[in-house]
Amino acid sequence: MKRIITMTVNNRPGVLNRITGLFTKRHYNIESITVGHTESEGISRMTFVVNVEDERIAEQITKQLNKQIDVLKVVDITDQAIIVRELALIKVAVTPATRSEIYTLIEPFRAAIVDVARDSLVVQVTGEPEKIDALIDLLKPYGLKEVARTGTTAFPRGSQRASSTNKSLFII
Amino acid sequence: MAANMKVKERVAKKQTLCGALMLIEALKAENVKVIFGYPGGAVLPIYDKLYESGVFHVLTRHEQGAIHAAEGYARISGKPGVVIATSGPGATNIVTGLTDAMMDSIPLVVFTGQVASSVIGSDAFQEADVLGITMPITKHSYQVRDVHELPKIIKEAFHIATTGRPGPVLIDIPKDMAVAEEEFDYEQEVQLPGYQPTTKPNHLQIRKLVEAVSQAKRPVILAGAGVLHANAHEQLKQYAEQQHIPVIHTLLGLGGFPADHPLFLGMAGMHGTYTANMALYECDLLINVGARFDDRVTGNLAHFAPKATVAHIDIDPAEIGKNVPTKIPIVGDAKEALIQLIEQNGKRPDVSDWLKQLNEWKREYPLMYKREPGVLKPQRLIEMIHEYTNGEAVVTTDVGQHQMWVAQYYKFKQPHRWVTSGGLGTMGFGLPAAIGAQLAQPEATVVSIVGDGGFQMTLQELSVIQELNLPIKIVIVNNQALGMVRQWQEIFYEKRYSHSLIPNQPDFVRLAEAYGMKAMRATTEEEAEYVLKEALATNAPVLLDFHVCPGENVYPMVAPGKGLHEMVGVKW
Repeated sequence: MKRIITMTVNNRPGVLNRITGLFTKRHYNIESITVGHTESEGISRMTFVVNVEDERIAEQITKQLNKQIDVLKVVDITDQAIIVRELALIKVAVTPATRSEIYTLIEPFRAAIVDVARDSLVVQVTGEPEKIDALIDLLKPYGLKEVARTGTTAFPRGSQRASSTNKSLFII
Repeated sequence: MAANMKVKERVAKKQTLCGALMLIEALKAENVKVIFGYPGGAVLPIYDKLYESGVFHVLTRHEQGAIHAAEGYARISGKPGVVIATSGPGATNIVTGLTDAMMDSIPLVVFTGQVASSVIGSDAFQEADVLGITMPITKHSYQVRDVHELPKIIKEAFHIATTGRPGPVLIDIPKDMAVAEEEFDYEQEVQLPGYQPTTKPNHLQIRKLVEAVSQAKRPVILAGAGVLHANAHEQLKQYAEQQHIPVIHTLLGLGGFPADHPLFLGMAGMHGTYTANMALYECDLLINVGARFDDRVTGNLAHFAPKATVAHIDIDPAEIGKNVPTKIPIVGDAKEALIQLIEQNGKRPDVSDWLKQLNEWKREYPLMYKREPGVLKPQRLIEMIHEYTNGEAVVTTDVGQHQMWVAQYYKFKQPHRWVTSGGLGTMGFGLPAAIGAQLAQPEATVVSIVGDGGFQMTLQELSVIQELNLPIKIVIVNNQALGMVRQWQEIFYEKRYSHSLIPNQPDFVRLAEAYGMKAMRATTEEEAEYVLKEALATNAPVLLDFHVCPGENVYPMVAPGKGLHEMVGVKW
């Protein structure tokens, strides 16, 4: 089962290493990680997507992450109302004949062309990972030259209470 | 006292100090009485300041010795053990000790030297990525990047090492940081928003446990080292007596409940007592106090406590539910939890049938071995040590057969007398750990019981024992083999003793004498009695080489993959 775990951490050297090391030691497979600054100085947000066998392992991951001194808050947001986004840059091969076809194709995805060359285009798309998968699938027949995906970043929607506001609340 | 005042005055003045002096002042402020270490290029600035500091430094003969000694000190005193090692090989030599401390939740603050900041990452002489190497085996670690941060880092390190679930904290100090000068301010609050251990247990969860106890027919307490870390041994006894609940110990928990108490069932697990293991199998309520359900305790999880409602009291929330599904999780300090349970004074369960059954098992299936004339049985040796020290000695061990025999036959009546490498199972642990234990309790009789294999991994520390004239009694349980390996090869590998037999051991008596130490050998019970009595009457270090019956195995035993109810070797 796929779980989306977000956490805020002190932005210190080695923090990512500590966390990924923890995953490696315990044999948890990370599907994606995204990291970036938050609104508070010195604090970063990480979003993990992990594939685990059951809820017990998901709980164990959250608890182990909680134990890290530089981790301020961990929340498994999978079951909340959340906004999930990923960004992808897709370089696709084009010919004069297919160029306009691709323009039409990407429009419903609200994707944008961010670079044009004689024989290729770079498409930028954001959305849920499934939407990006679908667009990549559609573009595949034209010849994918390069694909760069950021991995999932996610957020609980504003209208609901977060499932946990405090590390210690997770305990019971 | 005067020294402390001096520190306070200096601290109040916010003096400008170099990093090395900051470290020393911080150690004084933390009331550190002894540090264990080994100098080298990267820590020379620190050692230079240490020279006239008045801080008592023990120069072990290997960094592994230093960190195990610090562990021994911490395990006996309850205070953090402090270690200094140089960069590169010095730092990598402490890796085993760090892992050991991490597994057994031992508070350590370890300082490692690092090459100068300007050359970090250039593969400089004696450079190792210590932070990278030690991250998974420390509770937390730091590398000092700015000397201004050093006091804050040390303060945090001591706080982290000693609070919540204790553990080792490492501070990597580049050489230039030890020399650089800054204002020293140690009077600061520790502010770690990401680290707020829960010590007060949830009241509702306690109530749930009280309710469960009142309805239980076959309750049992499994008490681990958490009881000792929390100094909760008195509360454990009080609670067990109040509710009439029998108590089982894990290996590391021994001493937390008096071994001669009628409610004590012995140690659980692979070489635990039949009664303890069957109690775990048959109980209907299992109250785990500060144990982490290690696989050596549980055996095959599929058969572990299959009839029980499990309650688990632990200061580390990640331990609850990690290995065994838990119905009543209680996060908090063991002492706090037990105090609340005692205060609740819930309805005492009706356990008369249960106690009757347990006593029957105790009578029917006691620990046993066969005595043979002219042969020194290792179990008998441990019994004699127990007898001649009134069960009050501080005992340190390595890992293996001798460790299990001590756990079985040395009946610990008091807490903080038992120093062993439980989680990691470290050969070579017992001898250096005894150094730390003796320094922590100079008045105690310290007996270091080691195997002939493990002893040879850290025997260079004999030099320290002799130099400091520590009256440690070193007991080598010499069976000319790596005993536990040999036992497993006998049972599980058709007696194919691949590299486990060592018939040509050195003459340990002459070896000890080379270090200037008194030493004796015994090969029979009578000789053993004589040399033990003589050694224990001597106020100096003595090494005793006991040639025990080489084919003796540790029984009873739960084979790997088996449930606790499937013990072998419980009857003749």
